[in-house]
Amino acid sequence: MSEIWIVVAVIGLGTMAIKGSGPVLLGGRPLPSRLTGVVALLAPALLAALVATTALGDGQQIVANARLIGLGAAVVALILRAPVLVVVLAAAIAAAIARLIGIG
Amino acid sequence: MEQPPPIRFELRAGAVTAIPLAVAVGLFGVSFGVLSATSGGMGALPAVVMSVTTFAGSAQFAAASILTAGGQPMAAIAAALLLNARYIPIGISVARFLTGGPARRFAKAQLVVDESWAIAAGGDGHFEQGRLLGAGIVLWLAWVSGTMIGVIGGEALGDPAALGLDAAFPALFLALLVSQLQSRPAIGAALLGAAIAVVLTPFTPPGVPIIAAAGAALIGLARR
Repeated sequence: MSEIWIVVAVIGLGTMAIKGSGPVLLGGRPLPSRLTGVVALLAPALLAALVATTALGDGQQIVANARLIGLGAAVVALILRAPVLVVVLAAAIAAAIARLIGIG
Repeated sequence: MEQPPPIRFELRAGAVTAIPLAVAVGLFGVSFGVLSATSGGMGALPAVVMSVTTFAGSAQFAAASILTAGGQPMAAIAAALLLNARYIPIGISVARFLTGGPARRFAKAQLVVDESWAIAAGGDGHFEQGRLLGAGIVLWLAWVSGTMIGVIGGEALGDPAALGLDAAFPALFLALLVSQLQSRPAIGAALLGAAIAVVLTPFTPPGVPIIAAAGAALIGLARR
């Protein structure tokens, strides 16, 4: 329980410091371009890792189950340019149906 | 020199422009609330406090998914803060357009999120402070109230797996990822990041593969 509050506090304070650092410390000076190139790639690298681990990971195991059917439904919804909430609902409903009929 | 429009006008313009996005952000907040309040999540009150203080969707979902998977608190913290590292260059880009002393600039910088930043962008590196703040306030209210609605609804729901809510996480991260894949290096970093995470999963505690995947961003050094 208290561990969760530490996580909440550190992420909250850390994010505030990150957001405030440029405007408070640096004024108008830009970051070195090599560093900007790395920071710009952090989000795609981490988000892709999160897709992979939340779709396939189960503790320290790689498992294929109904989540993959949900992810497939999400891909279809994204190709149809559905809003994020529809994408998420499509995945949840597809996975729930798959489990209901005994897949994964 | 042209007189800038009064800040009250720009505040309202930013707020109005943000309303359609705020609907989406609010619904996104509802899903964060639902996923946090159902069994195995961080719980209702921590989720609301996190939305109030952190106000960054992908980082909050990352922390929530690592905690739900039984990962270490340090892994959740590191993943969330690495995801928010993009706010360093984003903050720098708006820095010279925020007025006031350090405390006021710090407070205003908290309203910077991807969407308010985009609304405030006037092209050629110029940002409109009023629009940024107006949009940021509307989006923050939507995010926090959405989270509250989600935790209230989520506590009434049962087993997240039976409802397919465990499939909601990868779908959500995929939706967020797609908007980031606008260049070849971004696609390369995504593929490499996913590969690192999958390869490390059997050998490390949950959460660690995600942090290691941040190393994929180093390919940004190689192409200059």
